[in-house]
Amino acid sequence: MSIILDKVNYSYSEGTAYHVQALKDINLKIEDGEFIGIIGHTGSGKSTLIQHMNGLIKATSGGIYFHGQDIYDEDFNMKELRSRVGLVFQYPEHQLFETTIFDDVCFGPKNLGLDKKTVELRAFEALRNVGFPHELFYQPPFDLSGGQKRRVAIAGVLAMKPEVLILDEPTAGLDPAGRDEILGLISQMHKELGITIILVSHSMEDVAKYVDRIIVMNQGSVMYDGVPKDVFRQYKELEAVGLAAPQVTYLMHELQEKGLPVDVDATTVEEAKESILAAFR
Amino acid sequence: MIRDITIGQYYPADSLLHRLDPRVKLFTTVIYIIALFSFKGIVGLALITGFLYYVIKISKVPFRFMTRGLKAIIVLVVITSIFSLLGTPGDIVFWKWKSLQLTDAGIINAVLMTIRLVYLILGTSLMTLTTTPNQLTNGLETALAPLNKFHVPVHSIAMMMSIALRFIPILIEETDKIMKAQMARGADFENGNLIQKAKAMVPLLVPLFVSAFRRAEDLAMAMEARCYNGGEGRTKMKPLKYTQEDYNAYGIVIGFLVLVIIAANVVPFPQ
Ligand SMILES: Nc1ncnc2c1ncn2[C@@H]1O[C@H](COP(=O)(O)OP(=O)(O)OP(=O)(O)O)[C@@H](O)[C@H]1O
Ligand SMILES: [Mg+2]
Repeated sequence: MSIILDKVNYSYSEGTAYHVQALKDINLKIEDGEFIGIIGHTGSGKSTLIQHMNGLIKATSGGIYFHGQDIYDEDFNMKELRSRVGLVFQYPEHQLFETTIFDDVCFGPKNLGLDKKTVELRAFEALRNVGFPHELFYQPPFDLSGGQKRRVAIAGVLAMKPEVLILDEPTAGLDPAGRDEILGLISQMHKELGITIILVSHSMEDVAKYVDRIIVMNQGSVMYDGVPKDVFRQYKELEAVGLAAPQVTYLMHELQEKGLPVDVDATTVEEAKESILAAFR
Repeated sequence: MIRDITIGQYYPADSLLHRLDPRVKLFTTVIYIIALFSFKGIVGLALITGFLYYVIKISKVPFRFMTRGLKAIIVLVVITSIFSLLGTPGDIVFWKWKSLQLTDAGIINAVLMTIRLVYLILGTSLMTLTTTPNQLTNGLETALAPLNKFHVPVHSIAMMMSIALRFIPILIEETDKIMKAQMARGADFENGNLIQKAKAMVPLLVPLFVSAFRRAEDLAMAMEARCYNGGEGRTKMKPLKYTQEDYNAYGIVIGFLVLVIIAANVVPFPQ
């Protein structure tokens, strides 16, 4: 039991002409060690939702509990929550500011009040974890390529050693190789360090490949919440709200219609391959 | 949080005030300010209050939206009125200490000063609330066009203004975003002494400047790509044109000013 959202509602610019209800009655339970994918059309409230989980946005109504503690309690330590629930924003490279990459990664752990040695050790470890080349550690962060900046920014959050890592579209604007690398890295951290991962993504393939649970957002509400197979089985309903199932799911459905006894629940290329081969055996 | 700043913000609605030509609204604002700082006596005040009430009423902008702009300047209002309250010599002295004194004239002065400042903010924010920044600069550019003869680069100034205005919400949004991103890394913008607070701004300001320059460069590039080359021979997609409503509004406003001037001379009491 790590994070619980209880009837969370949120409206932007309440009481003005620009009032938008971004979240409606969200009930979620996020367990330790899960790998969750959040999908939903543009403007469905994904970014808003995840910013609630580390207290950056305060719910208009409803409660949020972290390890059983109400995060809106007067004496709740918000700073500690933010170090334990790491959040990597959409286009995080825009937040780099230090003169060197290494110093920038040090910013997070330094804010935790750790001593210099620990801070540097953590920064070092984090940069190594994201596979950042050592020769570039002391370069200014502004001259890097987009993908490299992205890594630095992720390292900046990792260096705080969060228990839960939330990433808002970490692969937006990256090339396929960069995308696979970042996602591989995240999945590896999930397995090796046991970090809970929440991944916001627009790529059904990525979500199907890596996550164990999918939360589908639609116009500020949770539409589906379940394992990828179950969620993607509703591909017609998903299409109606501007989403889709992974390409292979469509392929499997077509094959089945053509009379091949394949498993239509396959969501990854691997599974599809197995199922098709089995059908021919 | 930062988004709650309303000064210079547009409130979309469909009202007569929104429809009026921006030049009319600029003219009205100037007249209103003149009236506000030249009126004398209770009748003049009543006239101005009535006028303000009327335009707020027809603007369809919720009043509470306007008072939000007031909150930002409340400190200024309090300080100015305290100064005029305690610094004005008068006939009846209620209380005196060194150079500070409380007099009848001081009280009247303080009340008037408060009213003037509050009305000033309400009136001017009503203009920006009912006029999009684009219309506003468009109006200014047209109204100031004669200055071109004196080699004042009116078009460039108007263009700079509209770009600057356009960028305010973007920069506010960007600030909000970067602030949150740094808070997610444990940054603290609220606690600490002055030096610590100033230091805490670095992680906010550096990315903000970097992104502002990047945006400026992108915008310049986009403008060049569309062959922007200044005001010379440039036509407008929506040239400003007066309608009957605008002429009526000019009439009402001039009538209002005349009434305020008459009131100041006929009933200059109290004061
Ligand atoms: N800062 C803001 N002020 C006002 N409204 C906002 C703000 N941020 C988001 N919204 C609105 O809230 C709703 C949800 O936005 P949100 O950013 O959470 O969507 P999203 O699912 O992350 O979309 P995307 O896939 O494009 O990132 C949208 O209708 C959006 O217009
Ligand atoms: Mg988003």
